[in-house]
Amino acid sequence: MTREYPDEPAGEFPSPPDTVTDGEGRKLRYRTGSDDDTEALVEMYLDFEAEDRAQGIPPVREEPIRDWLDVLLSDDCLNVVALHDDGPVGHATLVRDEDGSYELAIFVVRPYQGAGIGTELLEHLLGYAQDEGVERVWLTVERWNDPAIAVYKKVGFDMISTESFELEMAIRLK
Amino acid sequence: MKVLLGIGGSDGSFEALADTVTRAEEAGDEVTVAIVDRDDIALTPDEIETEVREQLAETGMDPEIRQLSGHPGSRLVEVAEQEQFDRLVVAGGERSPLGKINFDETLEFVLLNAETTVTLVR
Repeated sequence: MTREYPDEPAGEFPSPPDTVTDGEGRKLRYRTGSDDDTEALVEMYLDFEAEDRAQGIPPVREEPIRDWLDVLLSDDCLNVVALHDDGPVGHATLVRDEDGSYELAIFVVRPYQGAGIGTELLEHLLGYAQDEGVERVWLTVERWNDPAIAVYKKVGFDMISTESFELEMAIRLK
Repeated sequence: MKVLLGIGGSDGSFEALADTVTRAEEAGDEVTVAIVDRDDIALTPDEIETEVREQLAETGMDPEIRQLSGHPGSRLVEVAEQEQFDRLVVAGGERSPLGKINFDETLEFVLLNAETTVTLVR
């Protein structure tokens, strides 16, 4: 699939690891993730609210969650986790596409939503991606998901396709 | 039951072909395969038809096969209504590298506009 990326690269994003206080005064730690995080993330996704799922992810049952995390936490992909009291409360991932671009997704558990954690996860993941030399990142988002769309726009994503159920957005990192 | 099966040439649409034809045989349905020309699929309608005929040869079934020119979604909806099909079967909702299910434009059009009952195979 051919995607139109913005001509201009985005500015520099903060790299993990980092500690940032969220909108509720909680200290959140942002660091890169790996397959060592599998068990903690399985627990996080098992507790994920059904209404916070989008486009079929995260999967609902444990086995599909494990299969899905196997892909996300493989060496080809980049991950950042948000930790509060040492447990993950958010996860952002970049999965390598066939053409060398990366597909992005972000997840924040219910009690931690609305405190700016999604934006921090997004920025730290993009910072990590810049460190790793990633150039092109894209995502799809449901058209009614206004809070997510606003965050992606604020960070510098451009709308590149509005033809399907899902909107498609993209950013150039360098 | 008269079933219209839309085939756009995606991997999913060829899987829908096998499923639909197998079920139709069991249920005694009458299947018509409608090949549409999607902009986002590299295969030409003739190439899709060749693939469809090869797959069907293996099943031993011999449904009517047609090519519908023009806008894929609207042609499927139109033919299903005009020719009083009982069901329109389309494939779609394929997964992105990250595992997200995405609905292409043809599928969205069919789901929103069909008066015929639609079965989505994914």
